[in-house]
Amino acid sequence: MSLSINDVFKVAQLARLEMTEQAAQTAHVQLLNIFGLIAEMQAVDTSGIEPMSHAQDITQRLREDVITEHNQREIFQAAAPHIKKGLYLVPQVIE
Amino acid sequence: MQWEIVIGLEVHAQLSTSSKIFSGASNAFGAEPNTQASAVDLALPGVLPVLNRGAVERAIKFGLAVGAHITPRSVFSRKNYFYPDLPKGYQISQFDLPIIGQGSLTIQVPTTAAGQTYKKIVRLTRAHLEEDAGKSLHEDFQGMTGIDLNRAGTPLLEIVSEPDMRSATEAVSYAKMLHTLVRWIGICDGNMQEGSFRCDANVSVRRPGAELGTRREIKNLNSFRFLQQAIEYEAQWQIDTLENGGTIHQATVLFDSDKGETRAMRSKEDAHDYRYFPDPDLLPLAIDNEWIEQVRDTLPELPLSKQARYVADLGLSSYDADTLTSSREMADFFEATLNEAPNEAKLCANWLMGDVSASLNREDRDITQCPITPRQLGGVLKRIADGTISNAAAKEVFKLLWSEGGNPDAIIETKGLKQMSDVGAMEAMVDEIISANPTQVAEYRSGKEKVFGYFVGLAMKASKGKANPAQMNEILKRKLAD
Amino acid sequence: MFKSSLLQLGAALRSKKISSVELTQLYLDRIAEHNSKLNAYITVNEEMSLMQARAADVQLAQSTTHALTGIPIAQKDIFCAKDWRTTCGSKMLSNFIAPYDAHVIEQFNRVGAINLGKTNMDEFAMGSSNETSYFGTVKNPWNLDAVPGGSSGGSAAAVSASLCAAATGTDTGGSIRQPAALCGISGMKPTYGVVSRYGMIAFASSLDQAGPMAHSAEDLALLLNVMAGFDERDSTSLQRETEDYTRDLNKPLIGLRIGLPKEFFAEGLSNDVAQAIEASISEYKKLGASVVDISLPSSRLSIPVYYVLAPAEASSNLSRYDGVRYGYRAPEYTNLADMYQKSRAQGFGEEVKRRIMIGAYVLSHGYYDAYYLQAQKIRRLIAQDFVEAFKQCDVIMGPTTPTTAFNLGEKKDTPVQMYLSDIYTIAVNLAGLPGMSIPAGFGGNGLPIGLQIIGNYFDEARMLNVAHQYQQVTDWHTRTPQYLKV
Ligand SMILES: [Mg+2]
Ligand SMILES: [Zn+2]
Repeated sequence: MSLSINDVFKVAQLARLEMTEQAAQTAHVQLLNIFGLIAEMQAVDTSGIEPMSHAQDITQRLREDVITEHNQREIFQAAAPHIKKGLYLVPQVIE
Repeated sequence: MQWEIVIGLEVHAQLSTSSKIFSGASNAFGAEPNTQASAVDLALPGVLPVLNRGAVERAIKFGLAVGAHITPRSVFSRKNYFYPDLPKGYQISQFDLPIIGQGSLTIQVPTTAAGQTYKKIVRLTRAHLEEDAGKSLHEDFQGMTGIDLNRAGTPLLEIVSEPDMRSATEAVSYAKMLHTLVRWIGICDGNMQEGSFRCDANVSVRRPGAELGTRREIKNLNSFRFLQQAIEYEAQWQIDTLENGGTIHQATVLFDSDKGETRAMRSKEDAHDYRYFPDPDLLPLAIDNEWIEQVRDTLPELPLSKQARYVADLGLSSYDADTLTSSREMADFFEATLNEAPNEAKLCANWLMGDVSASLNREDRDITQCPITPRQLGGVLKRIADGTISNAAAKEVFKLLWSEGGNPDAIIETKGLKQMSDVGAMEAMVDEIISANPTQVAEYRSGKEKVFGYFVGLAMKASKGKANPAQMNEILKRKLAD
Repeated sequence: MFKSSLLQLGAALRSKKISSVELTQLYLDRIAEHNSKLNAYITVNEEMSLMQARAADVQLAQSTTHALTGIPIAQKDIFCAKDWRTTCGSKMLSNFIAPYDAHVIEQFNRVGAINLGKTNMDEFAMGSSNETSYFGTVKNPWNLDAVPGGSSGGSAAAVSASLCAAATGTDTGGSIRQPAALCGISGMKPTYGVVSRYGMIAFASSLDQAGPMAHSAEDLALLLNVMAGFDERDSTSLQRETEDYTRDLNKPLIGLRIGLPKEFFAEGLSNDVAQAIEASISEYKKLGASVVDISLPSSRLSIPVYYVLAPAEASSNLSRYDGVRYGYRAPEYTNLADMYQKSRAQGFGEEVKRRIMIGAYVLSHGYYDAYYLQAQKIRRLIAQDFVEAFKQCDVIMGPTTPTTAFNLGEKKDTPVQMYLSDIYTIAVNLAGLPGMSIPAGFGGNGLPIGLQIIGNYFDEARMLNVAHQYQQVTDWHTRTPQYLKV
């Protein structure tokens, strides 16, 4: 399954990255090289092997259901690009 | 030729925890915008999720209530997509290994015949924990949308059914039963206006016996009425489309409650590729039997078992039993009243479903706001049962308790509502009536039975309505006979 | 003063030979003098550092203080530090003032250490040469034409050039060990979960681990004592007895079994590095250690596996940078989709975008099993290799990098070549094991060479002992770059 230029555009769209035709060409070449490097992995027989998602084989610790965070809106919104009436503003969302 | 409508429901129930599912921010509804959005809820750089034990406990409760398998080792995954109300650019949800496996829910579906219902078992595919998104506010920001992230991170239990429902009515009965259940076991406040309980309906149509048709998903139905209307409209639309030679394409649609129509969502047009993968920030969630049993001990008696008990042990009709278990509060009120007037189940049921419900409706209150306590109501019923007061008097006592409160026996006493049961006194009255009405007595004795009612009238009048009617009739009959 | 160990600095502060304010000012002046050449720091804030120093002097005047009280530490710009600009080396966060402290920062503040500044790094820690930083490349103090390594290149250069007493780094595929090796300093990546990731900007969550970077193993032990510890805000933070990582420093090494994986000495390894490593192994034999030949057969797959798993996690971790709540938003856009695409395309650099695309691709419909799932399975095979290996030895040793520092620009446009420079370090992250690099000589070009020491899970104290004993009989770690007048 060799990666096509269309895959590059599709993935850029999935990742919300604006991609010019020329940038896509460059990316395509580099991604093909990288997937060439990765290909080595796919020959390996891994039947019966449990996938490893975490570095340790332990289970999750839980938090007690208590409120520990309080309003810091002013501090957090100091970093916001566009605010109105305490809301984060973005271009119209179409549903 | 016939069409069969096939419906499966996905219900999102907000869990009634005090803090959010992955952060320590408050989960309360209705705060000022973004005042309950913590660093974790805002997805600031470097912050991490930590799972709320209360959310897991509520999920286990639900699993037990629907007799489902509870996964000993479930996994949280990331569902990746971009949307302004989704701060991380992914929703933490469960995919491969949900916390709750297959279960089932028994529902009562009303038929066109009044009061008639039929039983149906709806299979549950799964239920999983996930986080809610924020809210997009489209009003008055000329061309802009405002984002409030207070709701982001609210714990959700997404309950997925099999496509087992065959009509909008069945779907609504299922949704109502689920709504009753989550409130019954105390995991969700069920407030649909606030979005605490939201339904997505997957609707398709097919010829009976044929393969499942292509489904369209109606999103975010937050009232039972809209659920009914949306499904009916959508199903008809699909039937018309097919009958006009068209084809149905899988789509996500919204219900426009003003127009009463469904329309495809523009934002969902591009096919999604959510790139689910196990969340590396969250280790597998382990639930051992010990924990499950601890939760089981906190589970109240469920509606179905109460219904069965009311019918078998209390001799109520299944209709009465269903009505009395329509909410946990109603059932609790019924049982508390029954404690005051033991062995008077039917009387309790009649009064609760009659005078009490009527009065509550009139002032549109629910049972939790009933001005009369089970103790007071039970007190009244006790006196009806032991013959101290007549039904008419009981209604009077009830009215007074409703408006002024107080103690039933005291009211009966001060208002002198006791029935007369002094046989001697009643015989004296009857003797007087007989001697004062020779003509009518003669008619009666000559066989004009219907004159009897006339004597009853006089007798009750003489006793100022306090005479025990049965007793008085017996005396009249006896005296008129000789 | 700039050659002093942390213990010596601590002693000088406690004996009032120097105040924390004076010491901090000395370093700030040195930064002012040399940083323009090295570009090791992204942000320096004299006022905030000196304010901390004044507070430290008050503490020092009182009785009980911590070994690191008053000592100036450079912080990799990946750690959020309250009221400090925290950029992660990216245009995306070039104006982001952190509203809270990372756990690591809190720990240093708690003991009264001084935050001397935020060090340069590859953008979002994605790189092995520090050339992907939005704030410009860092120079290797040993040769200004060479790279310092990455992604913690700023910290490595700062320690190497004595622009701080010590520094912090993070290591996802070698980002502490590789720059430590290329800059001739000591650096350690602890066992995954030993140091909380809270407030440390995520690259690949299941691999990221913070660690100390300093002149010596002894310094590393003192720093790790502060950095390590349970944190309830990180679900992967481990609840363990607190340990004193200095406790075993002086144990003799008699009987130590050193495993040498044949895969680490195969082709691709340059001669000068090979010779330096062999020389240090003989030093260890003199110290009483014995050598065992071992094999890590699956380790050859660690680069392919890493370049599937790390980008997959990164593509998702970096989705939060959308220009809605904080960070860079494109100046012009036509609608919401356009705002996302432009903000992210302009806010992220080429390498970051490349990895986001790799990650989105390997997770996307139809490719998940062939790439992501397969990589996770091989990750287990790689981890199992180490379990087997540690049945035969106490520590594993080998080169940290195949060559000494390459030149700036040399591999910039050939990602695959760049990726291969982490060939010996990545397997350790995949397994979650602790690993470190210490100075072990110089190459033909006069650039430093690093010896990598890999330990079993939670064996940091022993690894530090092994490194410290070597540093008692060698002086590689005391060498300083010629051009700097110290
Ligand atoms: Mg609610
Ligand atoms: Zn959902």
